[in-house]
Amino acid sequence: MNQSYYLPHTKLQSLLDAIIERGYRCVGPQTRGGTITYDDFSQVKELPWGYEDEQLPGQYTLKKTQKTGYFNWVNGPQAIKPELFKPKESLWNVTRDEEGKLSFQPAQLTPAPLCLFGVRPCDIAAMQIQDKVFITGTYRDERYAQRRENTLIIAANCITSSNNCFCVGAGGFPKAERGYDIALTEIEDGFTLEFGSEQGSDIIASLKLSEADGSQINYAKQRIQEAADKQTKTLPGTNLRDALMNNLDHPRWDAVAERCLSCGNCTQVCPTCFCHSEEDEPNVKGNHSEHVREWDSCFTQGHSYIHGKVIRSQTRQRYRQWLTHKLGTWHDQFGESGCVGCGRCVSWCPVGIDITEEATAICSDFINLENKENSHG
Amino acid sequence: MDDTYLPNEAKIIERIHEGPGIFTLRLQFTDPKINEAYTFAPGQFNMLYLHGVGEIAISIVSDPHSDEYYNHTIRVVGRVTRGFEQLECGDCIGIRGPYGRGWPLEKAKGKDVVVITGGLGCAPVVSVFNYIINRRSEFGTISLMQGVKHSSDLIFRERFQRLKDIPNIKIYVGADKSDMHWPWYKGRVLDLVPKMELNPDNTIAFMCGPEMMMKAAVEALAEHNIDETDLYLNMERNMHCAVGHCGHCQYGGQFICKDGPVFSYPEIKELFAKEGF
Repeated sequence: MNQSYYLPHTKLQSLLDAIIERGYRCVGPQTRGGTITYDDFSQVKELPWGYEDEQLPGQYTLKKTQKTGYFNWVNGPQAIKPELFKPKESLWNVTRDEEGKLSFQPAQLTPAPLCLFGVRPCDIAAMQIQDKVFITGTYRDERYAQRRENTLIIAANCITSSNNCFCVGAGGFPKAERGYDIALTEIEDGFTLEFGSEQGSDIIASLKLSEADGSQINYAKQRIQEAADKQTKTLPGTNLRDALMNNLDHPRWDAVAERCLSCGNCTQVCPTCFCHSEEDEPNVKGNHSEHVREWDSCFTQGHSYIHGKVIRSQTRQRYRQWLTHKLGTWHDQFGESGCVGCGRCVSWCPVGIDITEEATAICSDFINLENKENSHG
Repeated sequence: MDDTYLPNEAKIIERIHEGPGIFTLRLQFTDPKINEAYTFAPGQFNMLYLHGVGEIAISIVSDPHSDEYYNHTIRVVGRVTRGFEQLECGDCIGIRGPYGRGWPLEKAKGKDVVVITGGLGCAPVVSVFNYIINRRSEFGTISLMQGVKHSSDLIFRERFQRLKDIPNIKIYVGADKSDMHWPWYKGRVLDLVPKMELNPDNTIAFMCGPEMMMKAAVEALAEHNIDETDLYLNMERNMHCAVGHCGHCQYGGQFICKDGPVFSYPEIKELFAKEGF
């Protein structure tokens, strides 16, 4: 592990200033509409000082407390995904001249250096999963890739977990291990800081901070461990591919479909869901059209439409598609699970469907049987 | 910027009427450099863009080495294809591609080839069938099996008639319902599979069409003891991006657009013919 530094709360603005001076647009957590949302900011007073969130299946409450600290909350419905994989953006546009000739132009891309500030470890893990979708495969999404290359990540390790958090069960931990430039852990009157890149190291060096002492380092470590220990939810395994794919007719799919509204909230708040649709938006004169893409969801009717037929007309089939992909066949595609255990799909489900409960109900018998066979074999 | 999603302009050189609501467009990229560099394999597809309307995935039906044009046969099924139907010679569209993995033609060389198609979804096998008959000596016996619901659904009807002159070819055409002058089998064409003479050690099968039909074909060919690794199926799902990004065409762990659309049977067996996937 590299060197830890100590940054008092009173000097947090100087960290932010150092980042802004280097030309970054800063996006960080703020309170908006009773939740935590990531948005542009330049002053630390805009951060959610003293706020705590309470999350239960289908419930989210954000409240101001007397407690000190910027990062006593866990997460909100969205964090950094909308900054990198835009909810809606133009891919290209086309102009048709009077002779009918078409001229295609890629949408203008001017990636400004972007600092994502106060990013939770689960959201960094999710970003790295999306990198595999849009950058490292056979085909590269140039827009996503350029934004990623121009992004500075300031992680905020978790010092508490919500009732819906299960990053540990999903194979993660409430501490960012990689994928950040600087990682902060909040302690009583400030932060311990570590750098994860040369750029992060330069920024820390410019602040002329003292090294964190042993008790500060231990306290930071203890708070992260407490966050991990606080988690009560878990998944029945980190690779549920075979357990799910061997249970496609489990009665639980029908039971969950009785509750599921097929609203797609889970997919919209999920930090790894990448489905999107493409559409044309022509002008009134009909000589110009924008080809845009927009987030889509496997819970919609149109998602599985193919000439006159909807492959997944039933809610049961849609929930099954979502869960078997997220926790199962994602392994086939990207060599890991598509779930980071952020718990958003549990909190923001209007009827409080809990992915950990569903996965456990569907997979347990299979996993128990497998374990039994292994111990006998 | 090298942009994955950006189409290139192409011109309609010829428009051929194939049947009610079915037509073939012969196309050429406007930029000669792009047109010259463009290559594809049978079974691959392009994304065709209609100005102001949108893109659709369409299989390429022409021979990869035939001439400087390439053909797409389109059936009117929705908003975009209905728009394409209105186009005429000289009109411009957008094209990007080719995408996907086509038919395993190297593997098929020297083997007897069974081509089974159903309904109207035969465009992906038209390309492979033409490829084989244009290189007739490289392959063994060719069996072409085409099933349609109604005899009037058969497109390329006169082409089927002409095929009889090709050496060492067996044609099986069947219609569940047929009109008076139907020269072929009346009934489910797959009923004829048990009567076929197939060498299980040297046969490869290419299939395309409704999944339930392909399922029945897989079962019938299994009766001939043809290894399931020699059965190839063309799969279709909703597609927006064609590059594995948009998520619509996922079939379990496979992206039909980039891992397919042609799969060997063991690759898709886990979910094949399962409702909802």
